[in-house]
Amino acid sequence: MNALHAANPALTIDGALFELLTHLGDNSLILGQRLSAWCGHGPALEEDIALANVALDLIGQTQLWLELAGDVEGQGRSADALAYHRDAFDFRNAHLVEQPNGDFGQTLMRQFLFDAWHLPLLLALTKSPDNRIADIAEKISKEVRYHLERSSDLVIRLGDGSEESHRRMQRALDALMPHAYELLQITDGDALLISEGVIGDITSVTAQWEEQVNSVLALATLSRPNSPAAPGGGRRGRHTEHLGYLLADLQFLQRAYPDATW
Amino acid sequence: MASNTSSSSTKPSLDTVWQWLADVPDPEIPVISVIDLGIVRELEWDDATLVVTVTPTYTGCPATRVINDDIRTHLTACGIDSIRFERRLSPAWTTDWLTEEGRDKLKEYGIAPPSKTPSTLANGFITVAAAVSCPRCQSFNTEMVSQFGSTPCKSSYRCLDCLEPFDYFKCI
Repeated sequence: MNALHAANPALTIDGALFELLTHLGDNSLILGQRLSAWCGHGPALEEDIALANVALDLIGQTQLWLELAGDVEGQGRSADALAYHRDAFDFRNAHLVEQPNGDFGQTLMRQFLFDAWHLPLLLALTKSPDNRIADIAEKISKEVRYHLERSSDLVIRLGDGSEESHRRMQRALDALMPHAYELLQITDGDALLISEGVIGDITSVTAQWEEQVNSVLALATLSRPNSPAAPGGGRRGRHTEHLGYLLADLQFLQRAYPDATW
Repeated sequence: MASNTSSSSTKPSLDTVWQWLADVPDPEIPVISVIDLGIVRELEWDDATLVVTVTPTYTGCPATRVINDDIRTHLTACGIDSIRFERRLSPAWTTDWLTEEGRDKLKEYGIAPPSKTPSTLANGFITVAAAVSCPRCQSFNTEMVSQFGSTPCKSSYRCLDCLEPFDYFKCI
């Protein structure tokens, strides 16, 4: 177990792959959990349903990534075991997805900044020589296209909407943008996986993210803040104070009644 | 795995099993069967065990597990005792696999079937070129209300001529 808690796992291919897979699975899990909290609270019925649907897709995707992570790790941990029986310092999600929901605008801006990274990343991963990764990426990229289409559309409509909606979207953008840059980082482990021919080349994702973000923000009449990237550290297990509270909620049942099933 | 393979009751042919499966409805859109939906990818006998290979529609669709249970229940009633499920992700399920019969049934039920022209991706922007026809009055003068509908596979639309809201089985 101690090796799993190490901040810098030995750079083996399987070690690096486990890190990447938990990063992908944890991003989806934490964002899915955040979005689930909107269920019954959406500003309009259609948006309530959309938020729940996106959450559902993300939780389904988590299942695939964490199941593969457990296989790669080879210690018999299932997707559920990884989701419910790790502590915050073992989670590898980016800080962006653990940020609080805030108002509807903040939730949407977080979603847009994430989706604009998620889709190009998945499309790059469909070219992975390792078929297990390529197959999952192909499957879920189809769902994520719809996520990006929706979040782009709503960011534009609310940014270029009323004075109040514009103000809220700009506020959300200013608060969240520093957290978004963490997603674009390529770790040493990722670089190893690319050079060893395990995953597709994901280094072009940054340019695609920039293009999508800049064009949507321009249409939304929002100004991109110049603020520098937040410290990040999610992929090393360092998180903001928000993650612990979220996990307390997410993991409560399995912590209180280990391995309980419906 | 199976330590006891002595059962030698007559195994139905795979063609027969395919026909039986045409009677298993999708739990959320019961007018179409799991065969119409195109999610049963393969049937195979592994000794006395029937292996049913199913592909998910949407990864998070809660119906996936129910579908496996329904298939098991139905085939057990047809006399098959030993069934194993396998999941296949690739090639990923596409709405192109809906049968013609399934598309007709959807339309009759009031759900617009998926467009055959896929949406195209240009610089990250998605252009949904699909012209969606109202399942009630056939008008193409329709608009999307929301990308996401009552189940993961559907969007909400409304007809601008007859003013009816309807579901569109979205293209993936």
